[in-house]
Formats: sequence, C-alpha cells, structure tokens
Amino acid sequence: MAEVITKVKQKQIAQLIAKGTRIDGRGLTDHREIRIEQGIIERAEGSARVLLGKTEVLAGTKIELGEPFPDTPNEGVLTVNAELVPLASPGFEPGPPDENSIELARIVDRGIRESKMIDTEKLCIEPGKKVFVVFVDVYVLNHDGNLIDASTLAAVAALLSTKMPNYEIEDDEVKIKAGYTQLPVRRHPIEITIARIGDKLVVDPGLEEEQIMDARITVSIDDDSNVCAVQKGKSGYFTPEQVLEAAKLARDKSEEVRKQLKW
Amino acid sequence: MPTFFEKKQVVTPGDLVAEGDYIAGENTYKANNKVFASRIGIIDYENKKINVVALKAFYAPRAGDIVIGTITEVGFNGWTVDINGPYIAILRASDVLSRPFKPQKDDLPQVLDTGDLIVAKIVSYDRTHDPQLTVSEPGLGKITRGEIIKITPTKIPRVIGRQGSMISMIKQETGCNVILGLNGVILVTGKSVEEEQLAIMAIRKIDEESHTSGLTDRITQMLKEEKAKREENENESKTRKTDR
Amino acid sequence: MNPKPEKLIDKKGFRLDGRKHDELRSIKLEVGVLSNADGSAYIEQGKNKILAAVYGPREVHPKHLTLNDRMLLRCRYHMAPFSVQERKSPAPSRREIELSKVMREALEPAIFLEYYPRTGVDIFVEVLQADGGTRCASLTAAALALADAGIPMRDLVAACAAGKADDQIVLDLMDEEDKLGSADVPVALMPNLNAITLLQMDGILTLEEFDQAVKLALDGCKLIYDLQKEALKTKYGTVKETEAEE
Repeated sequence: MAEVITKVKQKQIAQLIAKGTRIDGRGLTDHREIRIEQGIIERAEGSARVLLGKTEVLAGTKIELGEPFPDTPNEGVLTVNAELVPLASPGFEPGPPDENSIELARIVDRGIRESKMIDTEKLCIEPGKKVFVVFVDVYVLNHDGNLIDASTLAAVAALLSTKMPNYEIEDDEVKIKAGYTQLPVRRHPIEITIARIGDKLVVDPGLEEEQIMDARITVSIDDDSNVCAVQKGKSGYFTPEQVLEAAKLARDKSEEVRKQLKW
Repeated sequence: MPTFFEKKQVVTPGDLVAEGDYIAGENTYKANNKVFASRIGIIDYENKKINVVALKAFYAPRAGDIVIGTITEVGFNGWTVDINGPYIAILRASDVLSRPFKPQKDDLPQVLDTGDLIVAKIVSYDRTHDPQLTVSEPGLGKITRGEIIKITPTKIPRVIGRQGSMISMIKQETGCNVILGLNGVILVTGKSVEEEQLAIMAIRKIDEESHTSGLTDRITQMLKEEKAKREENENESKTRKTDR
Repeated sequence: MNPKPEKLIDKKGFRLDGRKHDELRSIKLEVGVLSNADGSAYIEQGKNKILAAVYGPREVHPKHLTLNDRMLLRCRYHMAPFSVQERKSPAPSRREIELSKVMREALEPAIFLEYYPRTGVDIFVEVLQADGGTRCASLTAAALALADAGIPMRDLVAACAAGKADDQIVLDLMDEEDKLGSADVPVALMPNLNAITLLQMDGILTLEEFDQAVKLALDGCKLIYDLQKEALKTKYGTVKETEAEE
C-alpha cells in the first residue's frame, strides 16, 4: 500500500518498542495529539475535522427523508460510508470502495450503532412510512496511521454537531419548516486501536508502526465503560491474555480521551 | 525428551509430535523447542529427525527431478510446460534443437506442440524463477504412446518400493514399461491396452493404500488374480467361437 | 416469517433449541467433497450448510498481483441468494467483503506463505444455508480445505462464537440468538499455538462479560478443533483393513 519501509527502519522501530519507547518519543500507551473542529462544512447538516497527530479525517453528515427498514418500522436509518481518497496517501487509488475502506466504515458504524449513540426512534416521522436517514460520510484526507480511531472521532463529532430540520405533516406530506433541532444523542462511543509489535501492545499506532505491526485490535467503549465493538485486524494474532490486556487498556485510554473531549 | 506420537500414526497440521532435542524433517517445523506437523501424514522417526510422510501434498520442484509434463503453450523461443504443480516449467528451444534457435528456420510447433507429453529433467529451480527443463539426455523427450496416470507425488516412492521391488514386480507381472515422474505423473507403455490397464490398476491401488503394510504382496496377488480372470474370459470366448 | 420469541432462554436454562448455555450445536464435517478443487470441506453446524474450496498453490492471475517472496492468499466469503430468509442479491455485499478480509486475516497466520513464493492460493466459501455464526463455521471448513489441499500449515484454525442471550453468556449462537441477543463475539484460534487470529464483537458487554465470552468461545474452538482432526483422520487415516484381509 504505502511506501516501502526500509528494513533498517523496521528494526529501529521494533527495538525502541521492545525498550518501551517509540520513534516519535511517545510512551507505548500514549496517544498523539487530538484536535477536533466541528461545523466547518456549512452545507452539511453536521461536520467535523479531526487531526490525530498528522492523520486527518473529515466527516460530514447529511439528512434525508426516507423509508424505514421493514423490521424496524419505528426507527430512523443511520448509514456510515468511508472514502480513502487518493490524495490522502500514495497507496490509495481512485475507484469504488475496496475492502479497507469498507472495513473502516463498518468498524466506525459498529461503534456508533451498538452503543446506541443515536436514539433512532426519535428519527421516526411516520412509523413504517417516513423516517429521517442520517448519512455519515467519512473522508480520509491524510493517512499517517490509525485511520479507525481518527474516523470514529470525526464521525462522532460530526453527529454531535448535526442539526435536524424541523418539520410538520400537512395533508399526509412532510413539510420542512424553518429552524433546526440538535440530533438526539445518548452516548459517545470512543474507539481505541492497539497494535501488537513483538510482544508489546502499542496504543494509537502511527503509519510506520502499522507497517511493521503483527496485528491490531480496535475496542469501542461507551460512556459506561462497556465494550460495544471489537475488531481484530491484520494477518497476525493475539494471545488470549493480550486480548484482555488490550481491552483493559482501551477502556482506560477511552476514559482519558472522554475527559479530554468532555464527551 | 518426550514424543507424543508413535511411528506410522497419522498426524494433522499443528499436532505436537515431540519436544526437545529433535530435528524437524519433512513436513514438520520447530518452534519453542517443539516439533509440530505441518501437513497431514504419517510419522516416521529417523533417529533424531522427525519426518511426516505427507498423505496429501502437491509437487515442489527440485533440480535433478525427472518429471512428465504437458506442453501448454508454444512461445517464441521455447515452450511452457505443465508439470502438475504450482509452478509452470519452461523448456527452451535451444535445449531441444541442440543448437541455437533460429526463428526463421525453426518452426517450434512442428517439434513440440500444445498438448504433447514429454519426459524431462528439471535443470534448475530456485525461489526467484520458474523451473527450467531439459530433454537432451537419454530417455527424455516426446512421448508418443502409452497411458498417463496421475497420483499424489508423495506416493511415488511407494510405487518404486524398497530397492525398486514394487516397480520391478509390476513391470514383470504386466509386461509394461513404466516411467515414474517425481511430479506424480506416470507413463505406462505396454504391448496391449489390457496390459497397460493392469499396470494402472496396480498403481491406483498403491495410491489408495500406500500407508498400509504388506502392500507389495497384495498387489502381486491382485495382479495374478486379474490376469487369471482375463485368461479365463479369453478362453471362454475362444470356446464359444469354436462351438459354432 | 416467524414471530419473535419472548425469551431466548427458559426458566430451566434451556435455549430455544434445547441446549444449555455452554453447548455447541451439532456439527458435521466432511473433507474432500469436491473433485475439481485442490482441497475442500463441507460443514453443517445447526442449520448452517457451508462449502469451502481451495485452489492452489497455482499461478497468480492477474500476474501483477504476484508476490515475489511469498504466496498470495485470497479469500472470498459469499452467501447464496437462497441461504437466508429474505433473498439476498448475489452481488457481494459490504458485509461479505468485510468478512472475506477478516477471514483471510484469520487464515494467513496459519499458512507457511514463504515456502512457495510467486504462487497464489484462493479460498472460496459458499454459504448455502445460514443460521448464525456463518463466519466461524466458514473458517472451520476453510482450514480443513487448506489441509486437504496439502498446503503446509502451522496449525488448523478452529472458530466459534459466544454471545449474550437474555442475561446469559452463551456458546455458539444460533440465528435467533444472533439477531435478538445483546452481543456476538466470534473468535478463531490456532489451538496449539494459543493464537487468536479472528476476534470481533458487536453488542454491549461489560469488560468482565467480554472476557467471559472470549473464554467460552475459546473453549468452543478447542472442541471444534478435535472435530476437525477427526474429520481429517476419517478421510486420510483409514487403513483399508477389509482389503488387507483378502
């Protein structure tokens, strides 16, 4: 995918990590700096730009009217899509979503959906007939590692800033009125991705660390420290002990991030 | 130093065969001082070396192997040959013509065409390039008659037998000539189709029962019985003819 | 369309199909079921019916995808249109694409890719009938198909899911438990190496419940591993005793 990392650099990164530090000086469980800006795309109903170190992700939400799914007639619809646009990395090519962008979108979606972040019943206009459909589009603008956590932050922040149009039903038709209501949000899921390099667990892997990692695990934690989504990725493995350690680490880190963002 | 399986037991990938000062042989690997099987097969101990005789494996080329292959493509200066394995083999025109290849003069399909069978030897093979073949040694070249049968490559040693005992017996009992490609492809040439069928029957049986004991005797027995049966049928039809 | 059951586990602790919380569904495994594929296996687990086939190692097509130093592994998880209650379009869905990726990443660690550079191995999984836990059942069958193809492996990969139904952590979710339960945790394991190669979760669990579910799923994996070995030995290990007696 991205540029080939030299063997010398690979060794250097691995050796540092074995000793407990990383190439950018961080501790094994330290995040890079997180910066979030909301509401930057006025045409979107909600938006957020996230910088996680140099990884940059933009998420925008659009709200449309639509039909509910047949097995959930009282609920609105939430759908998450992700684009790894070519300008974000030399390894990204134009074209329809590949397995990486599909996996990314689905992991972000899972955290939001399973934590029940959005009260989808409040998106229902006419049961079985009309609901609000919330589109979340995640746009990766610069890939410097850990797209999952950055994308989740962006998607959640964008949803937090999303305003739904007011409406009234006239003659069986939905008419949009002036004014907006904040999207009803109940939870704030935070996803923490941890890489295994050698036998060490490393939080928020950077691009080069991702290229040498054996495997990664993403854990999504809600406001009550519950686990709501997990995804192991890459062709390596974790021991059962490492899985539990990673889950605990994710929970602790998510509390830190939650405090920092005041979510 | 414990071993966890006995000789001739069947193991599956991942089975822990032994722990300690052992050498990982065929179809095994060593990790953390333990020897594990990497393919389904039968345990064989060779002093400190542990081998698994694979019951199912594909052919991995080795320089020096005699193989039987099919021409799949005529290129501009050679042929591509299917040797029944993951790697496609190459036979250069210069090898067959025993002199430099002259594109205007030499018409390759006339020499060897797509679909032709050859007995060849692997001249060279390594991780970076496909196997190269030669047919310029005695006994090698285009196959013009006989029947081909494919078996699992790992069973070829069983078809040969201890010091060639099995293969000599088959040749004797069936009157056929048998060329064994180490890639699992076998050429049987006999004076008649019936003889070739007998040899093929024997080889198929070896393929199915390779891990059992007393096989040579059973095959010999089977061939004798089959020949007797066929002679009987022949005599019967002869008698019927004379009755008219 | 079936009506939704009120409870997934009754007062006596029995699930909708009569199982206790830590019981596997009945599993049937068969190796070497397709004559064209280099390796194949068929699994029935509950009402799941899944076929896995392996082609390779063979030349990689398209050629530009060839890797110089190792085997290229590709995996395609696909559901037949008639495999689920409401007909599913044959075009690959986003879920199938994600599962194909996640399954490939679960099987790769088991294979000695470096042994046969510049070749490719394709794994095809077809879900003929789905009943919850298809990705785990698919992996169980795919690992057998790889062994059946004679591809050298570090270990087999055995997979099983656990989850939460009503308030209990249960093993091997069936379809209703998958849809109506509150968590699903699929796990794949290389048992002899104690290596987890697939791990996902969706739902809501406390950290303790997550730990419990993973441990229960791992127990399930180990039971399934024994069934896999049995299936391989059934195909490859039978000594034709009757013929030997002749």
